[in-house]
Amino acid sequence: MKKLSIWLVILLIAVAAPYIVYPIFLMKGLCFALFAVSFNLLLGYTGLLSFGHAAFFGMASYVLGHAMTRWGTTPEIAILAGTLAAGVMGLVFGAIAIRRQGIYFAMVTLALAQMVYFFCLQAPFTHGEDGIQAIPRGALFGLIPLDEPHSLYYLVLAVFAFGCWVVWRAIHSPFGQVLRAIRENEPRATSLGYRTSQFKLAAFILSASLAGLAGATKALVFQLASLTDVDWHTSGEVVLMTLLGGMGTALGPIAGAFVVVGIENWLAELGAWVTIIQGLIFMAVVLLFRKGIIGEAMAYFERSGKKQWKQ
Amino acid sequence: MIGIFGIPIQVLFGQLLLGLINGAFYAVLSLGLALIFGLLNIINFAHGAQYMMGAFIAWLMLTILGISYWPALLLAPLLVGLFGMATERLMLRRLAKLDPLYGLLLTFGLALVIEGLFRQVYGVSGQPYQVPALLQGGVNLGFMYLPIYRGWVVLASLVICLGSWALIEKTRLGALLRAATENPSLVRAFGVNVPVMITATYGFGAALAGLAGVLAAPVYSVNPLMGTNIIITVFAVVVIGGMGSILGSVLTGFGLGLVEGLTKVFYPEASATVIFVIMAVVLLIKPAGLFGKAG
Repeated sequence: MKKLSIWLVILLIAVAAPYIVYPIFLMKGLCFALFAVSFNLLLGYTGLLSFGHAAFFGMASYVLGHAMTRWGTTPEIAILAGTLAAGVMGLVFGAIAIRRQGIYFAMVTLALAQMVYFFCLQAPFTHGEDGIQAIPRGALFGLIPLDEPHSLYYLVLAVFAFGCWVVWRAIHSPFGQVLRAIRENEPRATSLGYRTSQFKLAAFILSASLAGLAGATKALVFQLASLTDVDWHTSGEVVLMTLLGGMGTALGPIAGAFVVVGIENWLAELGAWVTIIQGLIFMAVVLLFRKGIIGEAMAYFERSGKKQWKQ
Repeated sequence: MIGIFGIPIQVLFGQLLLGLINGAFYAVLSLGLALIFGLLNIINFAHGAQYMMGAFIAWLMLTILGISYWPALLLAPLLVGLFGMATERLMLRRLAKLDPLYGLLLTFGLALVIEGLFRQVYGVSGQPYQVPALLQGGVNLGFMYLPIYRGWVVLASLVICLGSWALIEKTRLGALLRAATENPSLVRAFGVNVPVMITATYGFGAALAGLAGVLAAPVYSVNPLMGTNIIITVFAVVVIGGMGSILGSVLTGFGLGLVEGLTKVFYPEASATVIFVIMAVVLLIKPAGLFGKAG
């Protein structure tokens, strides 16, 4: 009963939010939150640090842009195409990257993402430095026009909820248990008879697809797919969101994404200061609170809860 | 005009020389990365930022203090090295017992801060740095025209690489360093101050990056973004070569620079991506890298 009422409150807030807060900001936050949630599946639950997730995010936004402007598809087909493209890329990149562990894995994913960046800089369909601009939003299923900000917001909310549900299901399944076993001790998981590289590859593909889902949705909201989306800064940003919020927690990446997007909006006119502050937050989190905002809060409540129980 | 596969020989050698210069920077930077990784077990993401700092310090010395290229070649790496030692002592040391990924994340944050600060003050347009008087002009080798400064860059980086190799493989200090890489606690038990050695190694690696930056200043324009652009490529170089051997990483650096130069001649569209493609192929065939140990 208590759980149900919490969910009702969350639903109410989510539905009412665009009437209180600027919808574009909310949608940007939700897209990046989904991006961070997908990333957290890899970093937080499997222990793999991918430094190239912008490749999936950005490529999916290009695919959506191309599908909407050139093929004239409806938004749901374009989003699906973007997600699928990111998933296929995830299969290829994952298969290459899981051949190395730990710090090499991070370097390999970063290098592969840089390759995608240069590809997008030169390929004709991405329009190089200009990107794909003025992407039409179209009508969902050909019925609901998305140029109205509120209907677009509810679509983004639905996509976000779907993505979170997929990740939640994955984590709370036997599959998720194996992923956590790999994170804690990979040789031991191998000795128990699990083919860890297959599990890692599956997690990588799932994470890449959802990052693509987030990227495609973001391109639909901003009607723009550009080089910024595939840049290594974006890969770093999603690491920051997850780390700041708390990796390996369900809510952490969402909180982290909204904080980072909020800082970006707030400091948008100050140019390079955004980068400087992001760097400082990175250093502060790594040096001072490695569990992140949500992780530290949970640890705090656990401690105070135990004290009460003892009394 | 003589040509090979329809490419004028002048163009071919010109691009090969450019490739060799890029390769020289890849070699020096991956050497520093490998040194730091060996002892600290972290990947120094700030390596690119330290390279950029070297170039900027040289440029600032010239434009503000009037200090010319030659003293800057010594002073700028020294300053970057001191900055590196402070970084290790104040921040990286606290992460020594944690997952090495945290070191990568910290240096990534540091790189963002340094790059952002320079971008805030100097913008993203490059600042020109004049070639020192002694190294201006060029020689006609018959088959190509060689600008003296470019020849100097290749020569200087070869000397730096061989010098570092000799320092590590042939001296007592290097022997201690290699021993500490294998088993730090045992070396400590013999009375060697390993923490100081770690600080010095990080400082030396950073200084190497700074030195590469000063060498690069007259070749490319001095630009806040020059560091991260090159460091991601150097990561790929390091993955291809493996960080097991110093000569291996030097050889890989120069070799890949040449391959990049050749690609610019024969298939320019792929020149930016060729190193990453090679990395993917190497990972599929020999995951440990060309000179890496398995595991």
